[in-house]
Amino acid sequence: MIPQASFDWRPPALALGLAAVALPLVGSPSTWLTLTVAGLAMGLIVFVIASGLTLVFGLMDVLNFGHGVFIAFGAFVATSVFAGLNAWAVAPDLWANLGAVFAAMLAAMLVAGAIGWAFERVVVRPVYGQHLKQILITMGGMIVGEELIKVIWGPQQVPLPLPETLRGSFLIGDAAVEKYRLLAVAIGLVVFAALLWTLNRTKLGLLVRAGVQDREMVESLGYRIQRLFVGVFVAGSALAGLGGVLWGLYQQNVTPQIGAQVNVLIFIVIIIGGLGSTGGCFMGALLVGLMANYTGFLAPKVALFSNIGLMVAILLWRPKGLYPVTNR
Amino acid sequence: MIARLLSFDLPRSRLLAAALVLVFVGLAAAPFLFPGSKPLGVAAKMLVFILLVASYDLLLGYTGIVSFAHTMFFGIGAYGVAIASTRLGPGFGSVAVGLVAAIVVSLALSLVVGLFSLRVKAIFFAMITLAVASAFQTLASQLSDLTGGEDGLTFKNPDVLSPSFEFGGFDGRLIVYYGIFVAVVVLFLVLLRIVNSPFGRVLQAIRENDFRAEAIGLRTVVYRTLSNVLSAGFATVAGALLALWLRYTGPDTTLSFEIMLDILLIVVIGGMGTLYGAVIGSVLFVFAQNYLQDALKLAAGALEGVPVASAVFTPDRWLLWLGLAFVLCVYFFPTGIVGRWRAAALRSPETTTRRRA
Repeated sequence: MIPQASFDWRPPALALGLAAVALPLVGSPSTWLTLTVAGLAMGLIVFVIASGLTLVFGLMDVLNFGHGVFIAFGAFVATSVFAGLNAWAVAPDLWANLGAVFAAMLAAMLVAGAIGWAFERVVVRPVYGQHLKQILITMGGMIVGEELIKVIWGPQQVPLPLPETLRGSFLIGDAAVEKYRLLAVAIGLVVFAALLWTLNRTKLGLLVRAGVQDREMVESLGYRIQRLFVGVFVAGSALAGLGGVLWGLYQQNVTPQIGAQVNVLIFIVIIIGGLGSTGGCFMGALLVGLMANYTGFLAPKVALFSNIGLMVAILLWRPKGLYPVTNR
Repeated sequence: MIARLLSFDLPRSRLLAAALVLVFVGLAAAPFLFPGSKPLGVAAKMLVFILLVASYDLLLGYTGIVSFAHTMFFGIGAYGVAIASTRLGPGFGSVAVGLVAAIVVSLALSLVVGLFSLRVKAIFFAMITLAVASAFQTLASQLSDLTGGEDGLTFKNPDVLSPSFEFGGFDGRLIVYYGIFVAVVVLFLVLLRIVNSPFGRVLQAIRENDFRAEAIGLRTVVYRTLSNVLSAGFATVAGALLALWLRYTGPDTTLSFEIMLDILLIVVIGGMGTLYGAVIGSVLFVFAQNYLQDALKLAAGALEGVPVASAVFTPDRWLLWLGLAFVLCVYFFPTGIVGRWRAAALRSPETTTRRRA
């Protein structure tokens, strides 16, 4: 029997506690359910986007300020795919609609992954180990990417309507739960499960986790951590592209600034979770999603600062995030 | 005398010295050398940016911390003056009230953000400042009763500083210009004093190796936070100066992320870790911004009808070129113009023989 570190239950308890506290404040249980599902959907989308960023940081100590650009590219590719598959998207047939959505996701992941590969090659690789330059360069890369999007798709907001059968909502009791949000929750959970499985049950995942803990040791055992890192970077970018599609459909429109907007959100999430920690990223994303939806309903004016307030509160409690990664 | 004024941080390159003298004389005599309202506006913007970028260099170049919230403090200064002038009516009293209030807000905010995020990791600071700055930007556009929202605030300066005032050939605009000029020169010399003081040396020690600095017994958190607070204070004053010049404050002139990018680019082009870089960089950049955009317009006109090129060369894509220039500068030009000039001066035979002698 291998001794295992005991799981820290307090962060999940915090999320449940947040939901429990919100119930009496919101008042009606049906509204609460709607908000909770919306919060979970948002949280899971944010998790899909942020998971790659936190792994890249954990593995190589590279903080990519340009991560948002993959989100934006993913979302814009989705608008093009939807335009191309217009017949599928407007048909009143669930399977055709899902086909369009999955085709868009696949295309977005491929494009974002390819851009991520180029980004790593051109922008990130020359500045390994130089934090100051990394921040500056990746930020510059973000700006260039955003402008390229404006060159390709134009600077204006592009609508990304939901396919026919995914519009509207189910009624569970009195609570209206939007169909698309359920789909987003499902996709988010699938990605989370796949990620957990890869990280915990495969050789590749073992190496990634070991690399996050102690890169030099993995290297000295003869593994090329550089290749592993490129793989994680590309996978993280592809996930960001997928998240971009989900986010664009969630907002139902896409602007070139989407990347910069979501960037702020995912930074808050990975700081809350503890830089480099996948589980922390998951919990952080759920907390942020729930918090944003509850405060958006209870006090819209305060909602702007709810995420920052949450971050401050959590960092006061655990200065290195919910699940601190050792030796970082 | 001059050496004392410059806190013994001499240019150490003839080219740089000549350029600095040229900039000083050019800006001092700008209203007479280049008559007209556009050149004067460009010159005033150069002055404000010199102060703004120099204050940012204190943080980025000397302490080695990346902050994305510098425009927030710049904006607080500009909004302070604008809000006080619209609420209390034009007058020196309201300008003073606005400036003092803005400085207090900036110092408190930078202290909180600094104490909070600088104790963990420098990279935290970059992310947290980005989040705080974007929240502040949204807040400024939300509180439209106070800030005028996206439209911003147009206000009146005190009588003496308004364009209609005439006094022996000087109008109010010239008085404002020279007021800004004097303020920027004085504050720049103060900044120079700060970075060349023992305190400034500690900041550079932290930049070079924070672990070692801590081991010597320096409280790095305290020094980093102080550097952050100081730089925020100077940025606030720069914002107030800009507001006085424009008699307008809005999100586009002070808070937008584009200005943050401008600041970063100027610091990198001019040279990180030397305040003279801020001077050279600001003058070149503001000049390019005001006159190169016209050139882009011409290029776009010439390329009209060519499919891809015309989309890339429109003045709307100015930011694309800015971003590319920024990335290329960080790669190939990390010490900036001033760093290059100083290195060239060190290599030249004349100085080496003088050293040997």
